[in-house]
Amino acid sequence: MPTLTLLQAVNSALMDEMAEDENVVVLGEDVGLNGGVFRATEGLQAKYGENRCFDTPLAESGIIGTAVGMAVYGLRPVPEIQFSDFIYPAFDQIVSEAAKMRYRSGGEFTCPMVIRTPSGGGIRGGHYHSQSPEAYFAHTPGLKVVMPATPYDAKGLLISAIRDDDPVLFFEPKRIYRSIKQDVPEGAYEVPIGKARVAREGTDCTVVTWGAMVETCEKAAKQAEEKGISMEIIDLRSLVPLDEEAFLESVRKTGRCVVASEAPRICGFASEVAAIVSEKAIESLEAPVLRVTGFDTPFPYSLEHVYMPDAKRVLAAVEHAVNF
Amino acid sequence: MSQEMLTVLETKKRGKPALPKGVDDDLVRRMYRLMLTTRLMDDRAMRLQRQGRIGFYVPSIGQEACAVGSAAVMTDEDWCFPSYREPGAALTLGADLQAIVHEWYGNAADNTKGRQMPVHYSFKAQRFVSISSPIGTQIVQGAGAAMAMKIRGKKAFSITYFGDGATSSNDFHTGLNFAAVYKSPCIFFCSNNQWAISCPLSQQTASESIAVKAQAYGMPGVRVDGNDVLAVYQATSEAAERARAGEGPTLIEGLTFRIGPHSSSDDPTRYRPSEQLEEWQAKDPIARLEAFMKKAGLWEDAFGEPLVEEINASIAEAVKVAEETAMPASATLFDDVYADLPAHLAEQRDRLLQQEKTAGAAEMDADAAFPL
Repeated sequence: MPTLTLLQAVNSALMDEMAEDENVVVLGEDVGLNGGVFRATEGLQAKYGENRCFDTPLAESGIIGTAVGMAVYGLRPVPEIQFSDFIYPAFDQIVSEAAKMRYRSGGEFTCPMVIRTPSGGGIRGGHYHSQSPEAYFAHTPGLKVVMPATPYDAKGLLISAIRDDDPVLFFEPKRIYRSIKQDVPEGAYEVPIGKARVAREGTDCTVVTWGAMVETCEKAAKQAEEKGISMEIIDLRSLVPLDEEAFLESVRKTGRCVVASEAPRICGFASEVAAIVSEKAIESLEAPVLRVTGFDTPFPYSLEHVYMPDAKRVLAAVEHAVNF
Repeated sequence: MSQEMLTVLETKKRGKPALPKGVDDDLVRRMYRLMLTTRLMDDRAMRLQRQGRIGFYVPSIGQEACAVGSAAVMTDEDWCFPSYREPGAALTLGADLQAIVHEWYGNAADNTKGRQMPVHYSFKAQRFVSISSPIGTQIVQGAGAAMAMKIRGKKAFSITYFGDGATSSNDFHTGLNFAAVYKSPCIFFCSNNQWAISCPLSQQTASESIAVKAQAYGMPGVRVDGNDVLAVYQATSEAAERARAGEGPTLIEGLTFRIGPHSSSDDPTRYRPSEQLEEWQAKDPIARLEAFMKKAGLWEDAFGEPLVEEINASIAEAVKVAEETAMPASATLFDDVYADLPAHLAEQRDRLLQQEKTAGAAEMDADAAFPL
């Protein structure tokens, strides 16, 4: 079994699904000959031709808008938005069109597409290459929102997303694109959308997180262990649909819940998780549900390391919950 | 670029006027009937709205030739990405009158399940793609469907409809640019009715025409008399031939006029000079086609009052059926958000149904009216 980075796993999923289904096409800025600025689409054009993997003019609303037309017609487009910070010109096409096509047409027309986009901070990218916009999309009925934290999940979730009959926002945690390696099977396999994963078992405090923050929380868990605190980490993998039972079950066991996310706090997805825990597991809670998030400031450049929640901040919240 | 405008209906030549390539006598008669049906539907729907029997309506009075003449070119392989002023295209493609009327009521038999305001049709079997209210989003999607046709090697085209207001949107630029770069088989049909709610064309563009904009994108731009159904057919047919031959997209500007209000909530006397309205009422596309048919020997007495009565009777019957049909059940609110019902929606649905059992269903505010 080959050992792949998350980036290579994404590439492997695209390679396999394009072979599997000739309706799958990849489009975006620099995804063709250049193979994408991160190289996620490397080799696709050479293997499948310019009809199946092609560069677009520099217009995100055009990339997504044309992909909506292709999907409605019967293809399964996988458009790439080069950085999720550039997704906003396409917001209208995503939330007003792709998300609502099935519903507004009474189920007549559908929009099966996967919008792949690298997101999150920690690459010295400043405001326009670092944000975590998943909450905007999780707030829109009709969209599925997925974010893998490991190479194995990246491949399996991307394949599931491409085979899904609804539009999927597939956020790729670019900070860990190349830093984590894992055995990834050759050939296609699915990791189901809507199923969370217990990334680490523990007994004292549940930490719910997703994307690159899973790695941060694992660091925090090791530090916590040295202090005699056993952390359980739930990697959501999908924000919509959300595997509520996975973290509720964990919280019922530990009695404590911390939610960790890179995105700003106000109306972030961490707040949604906290609300669900409060509504459905209040009788198990021995401490308030705490959020560890980015600050409610624009994403900074020089002080990126201060802005982003690190293991220390996660650990502080866990200790607060445990000592409450 | 030439500002010439293609006109076919009126000719100074004596004798029977010639028909454009691809048009025979039967098609002329059929297009007349479709335009008249569109007009009579509008008349009826506006009255239903005034009587409070439907919530809202968007008439396309005066613009019937643009929709009918262009859609008449389409075959079963071609796709249509309309705006909300092309019911004539839906009828031309074979959409069922009863289905249209059910949609006005948003009832349980509406194929869009009451999910949108009146006139936001969707007809999959006719390849008439679901309409949204934003004015330009379909332009890019039409370009995308045309790219998909090219990828699949189809000899077909997509046609996307929009108004002059939409030419100001980023989607207009993006759609035309993508289509031209990929040389995809797309027809961009602008029904230039000269008003975007209260704003005249001069508020949308300083360009001498809409058609001239095509030049910068690297595609042909054609200006056509939009109240001349044969001219519209001819221009669209030529664009379709180019598209099918792999020669890429075309921008067609149909110069027309919105005789009615923007919608049932709009009062155009607040902003529009009556002389302009009168000038365009004299160019009525249905009356012009009637005059042509008489000159060409295609007119029969049955096309007059008997046809009006026949169409009105079928609309009245469709209205009766629609009014006897129940509204969608509460539980349908949760269908079609996704292919399968996710757990959180099942939970919300079950809670709603439980509450309806114990506390009764939510009541509709009979006085709520759409302001725009």
